[in-house]
Amino acid sequence: MDVAPGEIMVAQAAREINDRERVFVGMRLPLIAFVVAKRTHAPNAVGLFELGIVRDDPAPELLYTMGDPPNVRGAVWCARTVDLMGLLARGEVDAGFIGGAEIDRYGNVNTTAIGAERAHPDVQLPGSGGGADIASLAKRLIVIMPHDKRRLREKVDFITSPGYLAGGETRRAAGLPRGGPAVLITTRAVFRFVDDEAVLWSVHPEQSVEDVTANVGWDGLRIRSAGIERTPMPSPDVLRIIREYDPHGFWTRRGE
Amino acid sequence: MLRRRGRLRVLALSASIAKLTTLAQAVRDHVRDGTRVALGCALEPAIPFAIVYEIVRQRRRDLRLVGPISDIAFDMLIGAGCVAEVDAAWIGNVSAGLAHCYRRAMEEGIPRRITVRDHSNFSIGLALLAGALGSPYIPTRSLLGSDLARANGTFREAASPFDGSKVLLIPAIEPDVTVVAVQRSDEDGNAQLWGPWGVSQEAALAARAVIVLADEIVEPGVIRADPNRTIVPAFKVAAVVEQPGACHPSPLQDRYARDHEFFHEYHRATRTSDGFDVWLREWVLDVPDHDSYLAKLSARWDALRASEMAR
Repeated sequence: MDVAPGEIMVAQAAREINDRERVFVGMRLPLIAFVVAKRTHAPNAVGLFELGIVRDDPAPELLYTMGDPPNVRGAVWCARTVDLMGLLARGEVDAGFIGGAEIDRYGNVNTTAIGAERAHPDVQLPGSGGGADIASLAKRLIVIMPHDKRRLREKVDFITSPGYLAGGETRRAAGLPRGGPAVLITTRAVFRFVDDEAVLWSVHPEQSVEDVTANVGWDGLRIRSAGIERTPMPSPDVLRIIREYDPHGFWTRRGE
Repeated sequence: MLRRRGRLRVLALSASIAKLTTLAQAVRDHVRDGTRVALGCALEPAIPFAIVYEIVRQRRRDLRLVGPISDIAFDMLIGAGCVAEVDAAWIGNVSAGLAHCYRRAMEEGIPRRITVRDHSNFSIGLALLAGALGSPYIPTRSLLGSDLARANGTFREAASPFDGSKVLLIPAIEPDVTVVAVQRSDEDGNAQLWGPWGVSQEAALAARAVIVLADEIVEPGVIRADPNRTIVPAFKVAAVVEQPGACHPSPLQDRYARDHEFFHEYHRATRTSDGFDVWLREWVLDVPDHDSYLAKLSARWDALRASEMAR
């Protein structure tokens, strides 16, 4: 079976979780990344789910939502959303994952609406969920998105989840206490944020640098100065973990 | 003394008889046109779909919805034309994608225009917590610098009077009615929910009245033997409905699993306005009550029930 972009993204997302870290992992591909990280290099990582669940061991079966009953059985804590968000607000959460429809070079993410006017959107998106809180308050933000010129934009229509805002001191000046985007994992590449701006770091297997850069919608894309890397292929072990957990590719092969 | 105690017991009994009611009656009594209703407050699990369907059947209008993410429940109410405004963090279909009715309402005004005040999960939790605490607002550092902080329209940026740092003030939300679906309750409304609570407890405590949909009505002694599970005390509760399966297609811990495919079918069926109307007729308008709905699900419902009860 070919390796799907979703599987490459899950493997990369797992690498972003360090051992012993506390991480918000409550959506889609990061649900699986948590499983991979726990079973490989980060056995002591702790997963936090914003509806009020803390786990130090992933649920044994595929989750469609973080609220599925298997995610409760075997949890170490069942609590309230404000309890989990309070830990985040206090600066006790190392990292968190969010998805998005649009992102700019400073890592500001839009999940609210496409169009110039919020009240009359061209495309109404679902909204923040907990995304804006994770982006505001986690020590480190990891963004996962489809890679497309219309999504990696010079300016997003609405800043749902604040990144580095306009760069420089603007995030601190706005009053956000810490954090900001550390990495953007797309369907084609990995970007790391250096001096508040996305830098093309690695391109996924079978992707060309030309295709990746042609599908970035902002001018003057910064490139890793020591040379663009190749995103590692998931190891056979990691692929096995991903496919045992999501055997039908519900999350890893949904073709979006 | 004995006589006095006996009289109190009769009073308590009559109060609980008044509370225990049918779903249809609970909606007639407590959800009127224009009511501010909080529901779906545990996020993905324990969403009281049975009352969503009954609200649609009774054709309520101009509701003001409050909730964090509302996996398709708000979408249905918006599509059915029941909603005037929404305070929510996320309106979509968690395992399938966008919410088609919400999109049509916002993009095209179909079936009507609605007003949305965008929240995050933390800000809606803080708004309800402020309501639950009898506090006018709660300050947070979340959302500072985002467009949510501005676009919501009710938040205020301020300087902390203690250290001068920037904070965002989230004003209290006090729903007229909060609906909670729970595993069990006594007849008086001492309701017990387990699994994650999301913002359910804040929403119930902040509300003027609570409607409890219990999978099972139990003897008071069951509640008293394990009071940490109680989400609100009975005196907050205006109506208690015994309604098995009230959360389908969402899950209820230890009672039934999530019907993933039902969410995905809804997503496919409601891509067009006509498709939504057909779906609504089949699953809501042409179904007289929730027991008939479960009977229509048939073996599929039995399997969801069996998979959780067997654990």
